[in-house]
Amino acid sequence: MDRETLLTKLMELDFMAVDLGLYLNTHPDNEEAIAEYNKIVKAADAVRGKYEKVAGPVCSFRSINRCEDKWQWDDNPWPWDREFNFKEGC
Amino acid sequence: MWIYEKKLIFPVNIKNPDPKLAKIMLEQYGGSDGELGASVRYLSQRFAMVTPQAKATLNDIGTEEIAHTEVMGTIVRQLLKGATQQQIMDSGFDQYFVAHGLGVYPCSAAGDPWSAGGIQSKGDPITDLYEDMAAEKKALKTYDYLIALTSDPDVLKPLRFLREREIVHFQRFGEAK
Repeated sequence: MDRETLLTKLMELDFMAVDLGLYLNTHPDNEEAIAEYNKIVKAADAVRGKYEKVAGPVCSFRSINRCEDKWQWDDNPWPWDREFNFKEGC
Repeated sequence: MWIYEKKLIFPVNIKNPDPKLAKIMLEQYGGSDGELGASVRYLSQRFAMVTPQAKATLNDIGTEEIAHTEVMGTIVRQLLKGATQQQIMDSGFDQYFVAHGLGVYPCSAAGDPWSAGGIQSKGDPITDLYEDMAAEKKALKTYDYLIALTSDPDVLKPLRFLREREIVHFQRFGEAK
């Protein structure tokens, strides 16, 4: 999968976890929702690993710097730049 | 504490600069019913919450609002980037421009700087949760107005996502009280 596909997948899964987390805060005994939440978080972790291999670190102090001789966190583009979310020309 | 994730909660890809639209979008960035105010409101009120459900709800929705603030700032910036002098003069954006250039400043559409005067933190969980439900309704209405004034599909997509979140948050605050 390319960077854009992985990013979209990661954004979708993380958002599902955020939304389900809010639901669980007020429905803490819902076993079905807990199982679904755990499933989504595991899937998001797997996609995050793949995404970081091609796009660099996602988290400011929890991601491994995969490149040995270059600090990757400050690499362009940043999320508010148009080209972060989409390939040029799209 | 917090950790920054290098991605948006919803993608923004605006192709056409439009300073006039940028100016009204500021309302949901730094206006009194905007996303910055929402995050400061919930993250301040959470200290006085009593039940675990209310603490978690305010903490997590307050956190999500920071991500929404980032989306609104991104919308404003992408609508400003590449704007021409002619566009700035013709759109009524010139008054903002002389103070902030094409930067993103937390103010309302009318140019009033963001202020904690638009929010409360009353030290009482029920009072604060009712304010939060009202805040979500006010933000929902602001998104309705912004959507009514917008024809650019690149701007409408993130606005519709953020509008939906106001409905979900209203529901969760109601369940937490």
